[in-house]
Amino acid sequence: MGLQHFWFVIVAVLFLGFFVLEGFDFGVGMVMAWLGRLGKGDPESHRRAVLNTIGPVWDGNEVWLITAGGAMFAAFPHWYATVFSTLYLPLLVILLSMIARIVAIEWRGKIDDPKWRRWCDIGIATGSWLPAILWGVAFAILVNGLPVGPDKNVVGLSVADVLNPYTLLGGLATCALFLFHGAVFLALKSGGAVRTDAVGLARKLSVPATVLVAAFGLWTQLAHGKPWTWAVLALAVVAQLAAVAAAWGTREGWAFLATTLVVAAVVTLLFGSLYPNLVPSTIDPAYNLTIYNGSSSPYTLKVMTWAAVIFTPIVLLYQGWTYWIFRKRIFAESIPKSIGLPLRRVP
Amino acid sequence: MSALDVSRWQFGITTVYHFIFVPLTIGLAPLIAVMQTIWVVTDNPAWYRLTKFFGKIFLINFAIGVATGIVQEFQFGMNWSEYSRFVGDVFGAPLALEGLVAFFLESTFIGLWIFGWTRLPRWLHLTSIWLVAIAVNLSAFFIITANSFMQHPVGTRFNPATGRAELQSITELFTNNTGVAAFWHAVAASFLVASTFVATVCAWWMVRAKGSPDATALYRPGAILGSLVALAACVGLFFTGDVQGKLMFHQQPMKMAAAESLCHTETDPGFSLLTVGTHNNCDSITRVIEVPYVLPFLAEGKFTGVTLEGTKDLQQQYEQKFGPEWYVPNLFVTYWSFRAMIGLMAVPLLFALATLWLTRGGRVPGSRWYSRFALVTLPTPFLASISGWVFTEMGRQPWVVAPNPDGDQLVRLTVRQGVSLHGPGLVWVSLISFTLLYAVLAVIWYFLLRRYITTGPLEHDSEPTPPAPPGDDEVAPLSFAY
Repeated sequence: MGLQHFWFVIVAVLFLGFFVLEGFDFGVGMVMAWLGRLGKGDPESHRRAVLNTIGPVWDGNEVWLITAGGAMFAAFPHWYATVFSTLYLPLLVILLSMIARIVAIEWRGKIDDPKWRRWCDIGIATGSWLPAILWGVAFAILVNGLPVGPDKNVVGLSVADVLNPYTLLGGLATCALFLFHGAVFLALKSGGAVRTDAVGLARKLSVPATVLVAAFGLWTQLAHGKPWTWAVLALAVVAQLAAVAAAWGTREGWAFLATTLVVAAVVTLLFGSLYPNLVPSTIDPAYNLTIYNGSSSPYTLKVMTWAAVIFTPIVLLYQGWTYWIFRKRIFAESIPKSIGLPLRRVP
Repeated sequence: MSALDVSRWQFGITTVYHFIFVPLTIGLAPLIAVMQTIWVVTDNPAWYRLTKFFGKIFLINFAIGVATGIVQEFQFGMNWSEYSRFVGDVFGAPLALEGLVAFFLESTFIGLWIFGWTRLPRWLHLTSIWLVAIAVNLSAFFIITANSFMQHPVGTRFNPATGRAELQSITELFTNNTGVAAFWHAVAASFLVASTFVATVCAWWMVRAKGSPDATALYRPGAILGSLVALAACVGLFFTGDVQGKLMFHQQPMKMAAAESLCHTETDPGFSLLTVGTHNNCDSITRVIEVPYVLPFLAEGKFTGVTLEGTKDLQQQYEQKFGPEWYVPNLFVTYWSFRAMIGLMAVPLLFALATLWLTRGGRVPGSRWYSRFALVTLPTPFLASISGWVFTEMGRQPWVVAPNPDGDQLVRLTVRQGVSLHGPGLVWVSLISFTLLYAVLAVIWYFLLRRYITTGPLEHDSEPTPPAPPGDDEVAPLSFAY
């Protein structure tokens, strides 16, 4: 296997890690305000219990995206340049909303004031809903192809290239999938009333998520898939059905394992449909940006391969260990009282 | 304005914003690790409280540092796609390694540090903050290596078949003399920012709390630690800056000439402290104050017999070599940012010396003027580091990859060739939205820092040791929750 193929797989794996890990972060962020209202107890401690299920890990999860971006830049500079200069507006919105989410999560507890927390909750919700939808749209656009010209730049991008039923379905599908994945994760990581609410939510979300993911998967497979990706699609559907069954049977561990498989299968289906292209050209297949004409030099790929082979297992090891350290379920009752300062200084 | 100008403004604004927060993170992480180490070793509760106090401030700052950093990772592709195509083979490697080696480490272990006060054994919790401290400095090394490639490309050859710069040796890239000098210079600057922060905050509190046990037990040791590190950082800045100056003299003579607003080639010119005149037209400049011998020493390490090339002569040379283009950077900005960087550094240096003198032999200063001095000193190292970066980056204009006089002359790119092919409208949208969002966040950041600093170490942090691990009790309260 040539290094160009290997690096295509590495980038896919990095995005896979990002979507599996940030998938439930987005999901938790999307349902946080919602579950706070559902809970019978103090909504604030419910919201905080929800947020703290991802407390120690969300920052590390997000780095998968940064590293995926860096890996694209290093291994496929033309891919990095073409995609990010073309999908400018969706990326801009994703970045702005992710900035809002980061500071909102970290600063939420710093000031003990309902209005302050409300604004932070808005930041968390915005930073979870928008990327959850837009990443799906962006990947659907990519698989669908862009009007790439002979010099690897996109020429004459039209609205129909980015906004069409397929890309919108992609956005809805990832959003629904992340919601379900997040609810299942929450059910696994929380206890007491929060867990009950999360299980209820996961059950409600199970059907729409299944329908949307199946529709998007089937459309992708029929329009862009390869013979072998049928197996991936089948795996996605089976895993999704297993997740639904486990969610209804209150077997959170199995449900989470299953939704993880679904996310992994969807990412594999998308990258598998793309391969060996990086950006298919809708003008002329001869202009396709491929792993062959879009990659770095063999030397750079070799150096980066050494780095990836050495460091990726180490990262997986210590990130896995962090999840182990913080494996206990979180109860609304175990949330300490707010230690933030009052908004206005007490004289 | 053209898309080029808007893109340059956007990169400048977002990077300067990022670098308000970055040096505080880079310098404060090791300082907090040192504070926590002293607490773990001596069991002195004062150091536990200092760790918690500065730890909170560190986290407020860390969040916005991460948030403003994410944009940088994608901005190359968004606004500088042609640059990314040209250098991606070289430039992408340190960026990807930064994510793989440094960002993963810091983001994972900061989570362990924040949430692990009662979950982890003491030594492991201490190791977490040390790993964060190492990782933030590692990330600085990777990104400065990438930046130094743009100032002084090494280990790279132009491949005419692909029309881009291609990496020949990763070792040469990572041992780039410009990169090594810039890394140590930026680390020293970050330590100056953070140690001055610690010293001034503790000094302000020391004056305010004079007479209380906290003044002697908490704030005085904090101010002394900060001042000692600040002194060491100033010495480091002086030597690394000197190395950088000598490299610049040889590798980027245009930047050197611009820093001095030197039009014509001269032998042994004086180091100018003040000039008046219309800048960007160096012939109209009158030198008011000049110091002899300094400039030749900065350039070559001797006091006389050094010839410095002027911008006009360099412009002619460059036109012959690289074709018609205006190769002179903005003289006003380069001249004054260079002086601001050096001048602003003197304030924390004086403050550190004053603190060490005023706290000698167990004394606790109580002067109003001293606490005002502390407040004035606090922002100066931030401004000095920003000035330094503005000088470095604007001094290499119009290049985005400046040609290396000893390397492959074809590995060069002007900013005009590097920018994406957008209309200005699209870039305006992102410029305005980033600037507004960052401005709002910076105001909130300032508000939070001010509130937490003026409130001081909190009541609930006066516990000398955190409660013991809860064991298997499932509903035990968390030691920290967002």
